Amino acid sequence: MALSKDEVLKVGALSRIRLTDDEVERFAGQLSSILDYVDKLNELDTSGVEPLAHALPLHNVLREDEPRPGLDPQKAVGGAPESAGGFFRVPRVIDDGSSA
Amino acid sequence: MSGAEPIPTIGMEVHLHLATHTKMFCACAVEYDAPPNSRVCPVCLGMPGVLPVMNRKAVELAIRMALALNGTIPDFAKWDRKHYYYPDLPKNYQISEYDQPLGVGGYLDVPLDGETFRVGITRVHLEEDAGKLMHPEDGACSVVDLNRTGTPLLEVVSEPDIHSAEQARAYGETLRQLAVYLAVGDCNMQLGQMRFEPNISLQIGTDEKGRPRFTPISEIKNLNSFRSVERAVAFEIARHRQEYEDDPDGYTLERLGKSTRGWLDDREETFLQRSKEEANDYRYFPEPDLVPVVPDRKWVDTIRAGLPELPEHRRRRFIKEYGLPQYDAGVLTADREVADFYEEYVRSAANTDAKTAANWMMQDVMRILNERKVAIAEIRIGPGDVAEVSDMVVTGTINRSTGSDVFAKMLESGKSAAEIVEEENLAQTSDESELKAVVDRVIAENPGPAEDFRGGKERALGRLIGQAMRATGGKANPKVVREILVRKLRG
Ligand SMILES: [Zn+2]
Repeated sequence: MALSKDEVLKVGALSRIRLTDDEVERFAGQLSSILDYVDKLNELDTSGVEPLAHALPLHNVLREDEPRPGLDPQKAVGGAPESAGGFFRVPRVIDDGSSA
Repeated sequence: MSGAEPIPTIGMEVHLHLATHTKMFCACAVEYDAPPNSRVCPVCLGMPGVLPVMNRKAVELAIRMALALNGTIPDFAKWDRKHYYYPDLPKNYQISEYDQPLGVGGYLDVPLDGETFRVGITRVHLEEDAGKLMHPEDGACSVVDLNRTGTPLLEVVSEPDIHSAEQARAYGETLRQLAVYLAVGDCNMQLGQMRFEPNISLQIGTDEKGRPRFTPISEIKNLNSFRSVERAVAFEIARHRQEYEDDPDGYTLERLGKSTRGWLDDREETFLQRSKEEANDYRYFPEPDLVPVVPDRKWVDTIRAGLPELPEHRRRRFIKEYGLPQYDAGVLTADREVADFYEEYVRSAANTDAKTAANWMMQDVMRILNERKVAIAEIRIGPGDVAEVSDMVVTGTINRSTGSDVFAKMLESGKSAAEIVEEENLAQTSDESELKAVVDRVIAENPGPAEDFRGGKERALGRLIGQAMRATGGKANPKVVREILVRKLRG
């Protein structure tokens, strides 16, 4: 299953990764071989098999609604490249309503 | 143009914060005024190697809401990852329920202008909120607070059964009322606990094959007030009509599909955010870190048994049981605590009937609540206290306007109505001999109106009664005064 150059570029754009022409070429080959490998599963006849939502035979793993202290705010932002006044600082973004 | 009148066809997605103490998948507290990034942990920050665990309360509240919306609870629900990149989303995906939600189907009956319309519910599902992204004035950077990240969000998706801007607003208001009644969410609009996303299309006649013809769907993102819902939908309806008139062949759902628009509150107009071509590709896949939810019958039945009487049912019962007009029933059932207060008041009143009690609620109790902007639980008097003062009016101990004064004084002092009436000597005078003397004086001092009444001008009587009331400091029983006056002037 060969991935086209456009498909690789699309995956790159969705992942916010800028790709050079060389990389597009290389990743097209690599991604295609990964897909071929996974495609082996299609050789199995799964008609009549329920789709599996989860690998573990568990359900309803729930916790009670009781708060516990989280991280110290200093620590919370401590690992970020930039912070100020307790906030994470990020490059300026114009809100295009992407968030859910 | 086919000449057919366009029919606005509107569906709505509503997001609301659930009334939990903690987040959806971690034990961080849900708080709205905490310092930035002080209610976060490795789970909601999206650190590698962490494991989310579901909040039982959030699942139960979602099922509660789905049941109240007359939906069914499938016996299997699962979680999915919805991928997109934005600085307020640390994991780069949102955990949601894509194809197997907690609640399916149902409907909501929405009262509007004395009638009711029914809106179908497509689904009810759980997901997590993102953080808050802010853009300080000074320029170069944006800043992020992740306290809100992971707050349990309930999404209610409706069928396209809404047909006007007023209906869109009424649907939002009724859904909010239901969520608050059920204690599913506080739905504080100022805190952003409820957000609306209407999608709008106009059905304009039919195409050559006889199928309904639609204008492209536009979805308006992130409206956070009822006013903006109504205005934005009205704006879009007008815009669609214009676009269609300008280009009937091009402006169709088939050609242009669905676009996303924003709302500018100050300019009262929408603007294009994303066209069909730029639509997000969210790459949903099953969330491997969370096991499914399997609501067994016993669990669902327990939640169902805990449902209170729902507002629309209660409104109809108030009309039937208490003989209230539509309007009164709507006002008194809008808030669950007000409705509880009213019913308790009617039960504890010895002489006040249900309609009179409704008047007291609206003219005195709720007026005070509005003036002071407080909830009914926050005032210092209870249903029995209001019953006491209105009973005194009904039985003639005090007159109606004194009743309102006494009520206000009860609120101030916390004293009982009887104490205030006693202390301030407010009891109404019905004593004939005392009032006869007053009436004699009033007639002597107001020969003009007295003469007018004798000459057949009924209205002059009102002035004389007013004079007598003033002379007694408002304590005279106006009914007795009227009787004496008529007897004397006509006799
Ligand atoms: Zn957390």
